[in-house]
Amino acid sequence: MARRTFSMGGIHPSDSKISRECKIEKLAVPPVVYISLSQHIGAPAKPVVAVGDKVKVGQVIGEPGGFMSAYIHSSVSGTVKSIKDTLDQGGKAQPTVEIAVEGDEWLESIDRSDALVADIPADGKAILEKIKLGGIVGLGGATFPTHVKLSPPPGKTCDMLIINGCECEPYITADDRTLRERGAEVVVGAALIKHVLGVAKATIAIEDNKPEAIQNIQKVLSELRGKDPEYAGIEVLPLMKKYPEGGEKQLIDAVMHRQVKSGGLPIDVGAVVQNVATALAVYEAVQKNKPLFENSITVSGECFPHQANVLVRVGTPLRFIIDQLGGVPENAAKIISGGPMMGKAISNLDGPTLKGTGSILFLTREQTKREPEGHCIRCGKCADACPMGLEPFLLYRLYKAGDAAALERNAAQDCIQCGCCLYTCPANLPLLDIISLARGQVMGILKARAVAAKAAAEAAKAKAEAEKAKTE
Amino acid sequence: MEKLIVSPSPHIHSKVRTKNLMLDVVIALLPTVIVSVVFYGLGELLVLAVSILSCILIEYLITRYLLKKPSTIGDFSAAVTGILLALNLPSTTPWWVVFIGAVVAIGVAKMSFGGLGQNVFNPALVGRVFLLISFPKYMTRWEIPQGLFGADAVSGATPLGAIKEGLMQGGSVSDIMAQHGYSYSQMLFANIGGSAGEACAIAILAGFIYLVVRKVIKPWITLSILGTVAGFSLIFWLANPAQFTDPVFNLLTGGLLLGSCFMATDYVTSPMSTKGGVIYGIGIGFLTLMIRYFGSYPEGMSFAILIMNCTVPLLNNWFHQKKYGRA
Repeated sequence: MARRTFSMGGIHPSDSKISRECKIEKLAVPPVVYISLSQHIGAPAKPVVAVGDKVKVGQVIGEPGGFMSAYIHSSVSGTVKSIKDTLDQGGKAQPTVEIAVEGDEWLESIDRSDALVADIPADGKAILEKIKLGGIVGLGGATFPTHVKLSPPPGKTCDMLIINGCECEPYITADDRTLRERGAEVVVGAALIKHVLGVAKATIAIEDNKPEAIQNIQKVLSELRGKDPEYAGIEVLPLMKKYPEGGEKQLIDAVMHRQVKSGGLPIDVGAVVQNVATALAVYEAVQKNKPLFENSITVSGECFPHQANVLVRVGTPLRFIIDQLGGVPENAAKIISGGPMMGKAISNLDGPTLKGTGSILFLTREQTKREPEGHCIRCGKCADACPMGLEPFLLYRLYKAGDAAALERNAAQDCIQCGCCLYTCPANLPLLDIISLARGQVMGILKARAVAAKAAAEAAKAKAEAEKAKTE
Repeated sequence: MEKLIVSPSPHIHSKVRTKNLMLDVVIALLPTVIVSVVFYGLGELLVLAVSILSCILIEYLITRYLLKKPSTIGDFSAAVTGILLALNLPSTTPWWVVFIGAVVAIGVAKMSFGGLGQNVFNPALVGRVFLLISFPKYMTRWEIPQGLFGADAVSGATPLGAIKEGLMQGGSVSDIMAQHGYSYSQMLFANIGGSAGEACAIAILAGFIYLVVRKVIKPWITLSILGTVAGFSLIFWLANPAQFTDPVFNLLTGGLLLGSCFMATDYVTSPMSTKGGVIYGIGIGFLTLMIRYFGSYPEGMSFAILIMNCTVPLLNNWFHQKKYGRA
């Protein structure tokens, strides 16, 4: 069988899925949680509780602060201690609600049973509303509010829903475990999203280094197909293991053979992509009335003896999770939130988990060392590795030369910051570091140009109206 | 617990460094080196040793004492230049001529442009062509291979040289071939006169296949050179077989294989994009054949590569790889 994958670039780092046989285990509830009000792309949520208020598990504590925003729920029961700026995992101040935990009392509306609810409600609008009220955001990393993504702008139609089970970052196994242990719920979640979009086809894309997950979803689908017409048209698609397959643009290319235009959205080519964990969260919010306040996190690394996949309440301090699993290893030199390719280095272990936190990874100095920069030998390996077809060596040189116009011509703004170029470079050039700067510069220019064009259009319109008024 | 490192992603790096790529080139050249020593004997061993050691020494001296920077000999690129220079010389070249070639290759063609990655021309070829023009006496004295412990060297013409001379005297290609007793199997496996590295086509191709399989180089430049030479010489040969040599002869003689597999594919002096590489290869193939057929030199590979080296910045500007989501 031909192994399907995306059409350009990509790399094959060792997948290091050393925690793949670790079952998802519930972690203890910490004594205090720090729930950030800014856990999604867009405006931070507005707090709707006051200091001293008693809250229950699943209670709303923050309302959307704008169109592009999301609800925030309490992940514990207890008393609100403070609402103030607190340092996040990277040491940046974020508006945060601190809650001292008392017991574990859940809202009565939440269905805590394990029974699978497979019937799909007829009213798509009601499902969408429940997704919004459940505070669901994209859990693949971008934390884009899901209800916004599932409301395509008028005139755009969706041809296919893609459920992203690639998990192409090395080490992370939380999605793999979710597909193996809670496959049925993920499939129901996919059917719910499919119904909201009114789309006939859905594809659950899984990289072929997860054969158990692929088998489990195939089994679940054969069981569910008779139960509701919505399950027809959902397929599993094994993809060849290659990083960054889970990138939205790459996945659409691999599954649909379509490419999103520069600056465009997936819906422009008829695609909506949702992560496996997001599908599970949709299931829980819609069928079980359980908002998004806990998520699965992989804790891994060769130097970390207690590999684990744990179910963690949102807002749990990282230090609490690590201490529960035996503490920070002696020789860990870098702790990463997310995968080793695109994750962020953690500087503050007291920072809390967010909805989108997918893993905590420990690397030794040896594993993460950057060697001294050499000379570009123009081998072109960075260009071969770039999944966007860019020429990193060229962008690197153009940024150093300060040529913004040439950077725009050579599409620096299309960079998805996957890190393939820097990973590959045999001369250890800091390609992505520099290209990120270049990308920011070009984005700024594009934005300024758009603003100027809008202002010019408005001025012209005002002038035309003034002249029209004069002639009348 | 150590102090934590905080730096931007990615946090892991491939194990392949410049050094590894250069070592792969050295490994790919080993069959050719071994065959050349076996065929040409201790004289070739001396040429190789002088060339490699002087290239490394000159790069070391220039980086340490002239540029006052950390030495770059650890990346093995100077060693690769040394091997290629040696393979491009007759095995009878005196040691001091080899040394001058190394000075020109590393000192002039490489370091004066800024060192690794900055040079416009292939350093080994600049060294070779400099010697060819400056010391024609040594550079055109070809030895018929006598083996490692063979008798004294016997001088003779290279097949390309013999053909050129014979044609000028009014002979036809087939007569000259018969007169010298050249056969294609001989050319494929060795035993024809020429630069040491040109001795054995099979050894060169083995190295080329190794580099392609290890993904050190892509095959397109080499294939487009070979394809162009084969295609154009076929046309000329069909038109007048008495005057023009046939495609197989052109592919197997002179520096064509060594040049197309190891010199034209040099990262630094070849185009970045596949499209650019193919055009670069067509240019090299075409120029080589034109020089062989119509020029006054019997061999044209070195000149063709150096001329096409000049076009690389332009080709890089014109041809880019296809970008995602853009026409």
